Amino acid sequence: MSVAGIPMRIILLSLVVFLPFGSDLRSALAAGEEGQTTSSSPQSANPIDQALLDIKSEDAAVRSAAAALLIEKGDASLLPKLDEIRADADRATRQAIKPVIDLLKNHANLTSEQADTRRSAAADLVGTGRPEAIAWLEASAAKEQVWWVKYTMEESAQLMRLRSEDQTVRLLAIKKLGDLRSQNGLSALKEFVETGAQSEATDEQRALATAAQTSVGEIDSWFWWAGAIETFFRGISLSSILLMMSLGLAIVFGLMGVINMAHGELMMVGAYATFITQQAFIAWFSPEHFDWYFPVALPVAFLSAALFGLVLEATVIRFLYGRLLETLLATWGVSLILMQAARVYFGDLTAVIAPQALRGGAQVMVGVYLPYNRIFIIVLSIVCVLGIYFLLFRSNLGVRVRAVTQNRNMSACLGIPTRKVDAYTFAFASGLAGIAGWALTMVGNVDPGLGQNYIVDAFMVVVTGGVGKLAGTIWASLGIGGLNKLIEPISGAVYGKVFILVGVILFLQWRPQGLFAAKGRNADA
Amino acid sequence: MPEQMATQQNSRETLSFYITGFVLLVVLPVLNVLPSEDSWLYLSDFRLNQFGKFLCFAILALGLDLIWGYCGVLSMGQGVFFGFGAYCMGMYLALQIGKESVYGSELPDFMVWTQVKELPFFWYPFKSFAGALLGAILVPVLFATIFGFLAFRSRIKGVYFAIITQALAFAAWLVFNRNETRLGGTNGLTDFKQLLGYRLSDPSTQRGLYIMTVLALGAAYLFCRWIVASRAGKVLIAIRDSESRVTFSGYTPWMFKLFVFVVAAGLAGVSGMLYVPQVGIITPAQIGVLPSLEVVIWVAVGGRGTLIGAVLGAVAVNYGRSVLTNYFPEAWPFILGGLFVIVVTMFPDGLLGMIRKLSERKKTPAPLIKAEGSTAA
Amino acid sequence: MTDDNLILNCQNVVMDYDGFKALNNCNFSVHYNELRVVIGPNGAGKTTLLDVICGKTKPTSGKVLFGKGINLVGKNAEDITKLGVGRKFQAPSIYANLSVWQNLDLSVKRASKGVFPTLMGRSTPAERERIDETLETIGLTEHAHDRAGSLSHGQKQWLEIGMVILQDPSLLLVDEPVAGMSDKETEQTGQLLTKLSGKQAIVVIEHDMDFVRQIANIVTVLAEGTVVCEGTVETVQADEHVRAIYLGRAKVAH
Repeated sequence: MSVAGIPMRIILLSLVVFLPFGSDLRSALAAGEEGQTTSSSPQSANPIDQALLDIKSEDAAVRSAAAALLIEKGDASLLPKLDEIRADADRATRQAIKPVIDLLKNHANLTSEQADTRRSAAADLVGTGRPEAIAWLEASAAKEQVWWVKYTMEESAQLMRLRSEDQTVRLLAIKKLGDLRSQNGLSALKEFVETGAQSEATDEQRALATAAQTSVGEIDSWFWWAGAIETFFRGISLSSILLMMSLGLAIVFGLMGVINMAHGELMMVGAYATFITQQAFIAWFSPEHFDWYFPVALPVAFLSAALFGLVLEATVIRFLYGRLLETLLATWGVSLILMQAARVYFGDLTAVIAPQALRGGAQVMVGVYLPYNRIFIIVLSIVCVLGIYFLLFRSNLGVRVRAVTQNRNMSACLGIPTRKVDAYTFAFASGLAGIAGWALTMVGNVDPGLGQNYIVDAFMVVVTGGVGKLAGTIWASLGIGGLNKLIEPISGAVYGKVFILVGVILFLQWRPQGLFAAKGRNADA
Repeated sequence: MPEQMATQQNSRETLSFYITGFVLLVVLPVLNVLPSEDSWLYLSDFRLNQFGKFLCFAILALGLDLIWGYCGVLSMGQGVFFGFGAYCMGMYLALQIGKESVYGSELPDFMVWTQVKELPFFWYPFKSFAGALLGAILVPVLFATIFGFLAFRSRIKGVYFAIITQALAFAAWLVFNRNETRLGGTNGLTDFKQLLGYRLSDPSTQRGLYIMTVLALGAAYLFCRWIVASRAGKVLIAIRDSESRVTFSGYTPWMFKLFVFVVAAGLAGVSGMLYVPQVGIITPAQIGVLPSLEVVIWVAVGGRGTLIGAVLGAVAVNYGRSVLTNYFPEAWPFILGGLFVIVVTMFPDGLLGMIRKLSERKKTPAPLIKAEGSTAA
Repeated sequence: MTDDNLILNCQNVVMDYDGFKALNNCNFSVHYNELRVVIGPNGAGKTTLLDVICGKTKPTSGKVLFGKGINLVGKNAEDITKLGVGRKFQAPSIYANLSVWQNLDLSVKRASKGVFPTLMGRSTPAERERIDETLETIGLTEHAHDRAGSLSHGQKQWLEIGMVILQDPSLLLVDEPVAGMSDKETEQTGQLLTKLSGKQAIVVIEHDMDFVRQIANIVTVLAEGTVVCEGTVETVQADEHVRAIYLGRAKVAH
């Protein structure tokens, strides 16, 4: 009696070694050698129906033989019956049925429509330890289209081969795992290395250890690079958050001579607007339309933050044009008020549920997993930069804004409504903060301190980049965001921040006007 | 003649200095000691102690007024220097607890929790009172010298400087919160018992500390007035009015800024040093971004560019805060924020400016600060 | 003329702002105790020239030799001031929140202007006398204790001139001193400048040709960052090329 060419004896042996219910199987092994003579139930024409009866047997050997048969011949259609049996069976039967259910379910799932289901089935099969699964995995892998699922299937198959008794099969599996850069295989491979290093190790074990050592080396260096790529990605992701915040800051700072310390709180307004939109969808729309709340929240966040900005400009900022430090202090006051208002009204912590499309992530290569929400933020920041560029430098409105910046009186004489331009520019920058807040709900909680988390860094970006220079803001946010994530693993987040501060101060020694200083005869006016 | 007016004003200022000094130094402590507890004249130990705290803040405000009110350089990191002074004194007091601590160890309690077996090296100087005094002034002064040198020499000014100092306050807050800096982490230093053999819980000790604070404030005030009255004080105002002109008058502005920044840091250190034994606790929460900004609002409310304004603002805002947080604990951030907005947009000269405007309406108006030239960058 | 007589000698000064050459190989020299007027159309580089001399901006290339061959390029503004170059800006640049007297007191030439000497120093009787004299010269004696910010525009211009005089410069750079002044004030300013020349060299930038005629001996015409003509008022005004440049007909040959 054999399964896929492997003697029954070996299958059972491996079960004895790997499975917790080994003691039952030891007797099953004995039973297997004697043949199925001890079956107490009447024979049935269909072996599967017979096995379904046998699995309830008192005799452990009969049960395991039935289980083996079910695994070999059965399919997912048996699952409801098995569940039924399990529901009112005794403990021994439940134990016998569980691996059957697991294997059948995962086997069936290998051909699921959902890539994620196929992948997790492949991963789960390793845990069952049943060598039958190797063939299933390899057969599925050959047909698989999605590389990451295919990879997991191959990896799982090789992980199971590691448990083979055949030295050549194991050696091959070790080498294959190395080739696959399997992180899941790392601990098993290291065990081989350790066993081989012991003084009483056999030659076979030593050979395995040497091969494993090579594979471990390959995997380690691969994951060093993968880690580097992920760090880089996290750096870019933080950079784009900073960039989106700093863009609004830089616009009002550079174009209007206003330091807006309440910018973070305008972002908070955008985030709460998103939250409220979500609540409205929960209350008024059916769940299948729930995901639409997120696109709808974009204009809501933009407009509500812009409205706050408009009010802020009309009531506070407009009295303070040209007095930078004063704008800084007054907007600080506004930020305190907005923060406390949010705390009083919304309480301390709320969160937004990401729409389906932004959950999860993409496995771009082995060891590198990029969450969709981060990719989304990076793309959004690029869109924002392009949008601002076109608005400021390629549109009529932009010409007016820049004209007012450069010469307010002359612009007024030319009939540009400077007051309106001021108000709209400020509202637009505030709206940008709203968009940033909208995006930030995807990566963190919505809380009153949302703006404060990034505001210091964002100002460092503006200072480092140089006033009123789009390019400076972009480079500085890349630099500061990147450095932050680069230093973090080495020194911890806190000292990372301290290093960045020291770095910025030293940088300003070299370039006091920032990366891209305004040059020309009015430069230091 | 204007000069006569100036001397008149001077003598009036001297007179009010002595009167205030007499009230603070003699009248209030006497009201605390002599009247019976139910008399309406009686000033409770709590009130006196609270007043002592406000006067500490007044010293801190004086420093900021020098650098911001006179020189036009906004430092949003004064809380850090205050914290240095406070922690230096706090370390001394923590070591004075000795065997009285909860764990009966020679080490401060938090070190026992965090498994520190030996006193970290930088705690040693604070075993002596002289070390603590010296540290409370020298640490902020040295730090301000290095930081200020780097910042001012490279001509970081205006909002750039303000933002950098805010980042400094943020970074300092983060670092003081860490346990591995061996300064008590988030809980800070507290549970102090004695100072130079006097029990801190004893009202007479607190009275003594109050008197020390009044004297320190008086000295700080005179010192600041001396600076402001000197030609260097005029250079500070000149820098505020027109920094580039100052270089063309042959002065090096950044050196003056550095000097006054260091003086402000020293005053902040003194303030922190006096604060800790009176309040009995110092935590990182007192040195972050917001506490540093509150100093700015004290000065703005009182009237920047006048020393009396700084003192007045510190006492008034903190008194208002202590009253209001009793009744409406959630309202304080609204009021603080509102103060920022209203003072900055409508009353740039603060309380003192308003008083002057009212009293001098008939005479020639003499605004303290006028947005002429640029007060900003 | 020999180089020994020159207090200022600018050689091939170039000031390049991202491709725009505000000064283009400018050669410009001034004798000791001379009063020189620089004229030229808008954007000719007149103010930039003064900025380069007094250290406000660093030229892209070229030399600025002062007195006995000291190159001012690369020195910072305070050091150049101490060497004896005084600068009066176009828009009056004074300390608005100090009194007139304090404005002047800060400007007096002193051995050291470091922090501690300034902190400890008191004005000597001699210095006070000089300040009073200057007050007289600029006609602000009555306003000595007024806040400088409360002065009229013309008075502010004079105050700034007074401040520069007290620095005892051997070279005085004056940028459009009479802009915004009444005719009477303009004339008084002219007299003041003429009085001062003879004790120190003065370079005046001016647009007002009546005023130029009143004070000038030699006039330098600057256009597109280069000296195009130098001579008496009459020669310059008669010069066809200069006229063409002013009227925008001719380009400057570099």
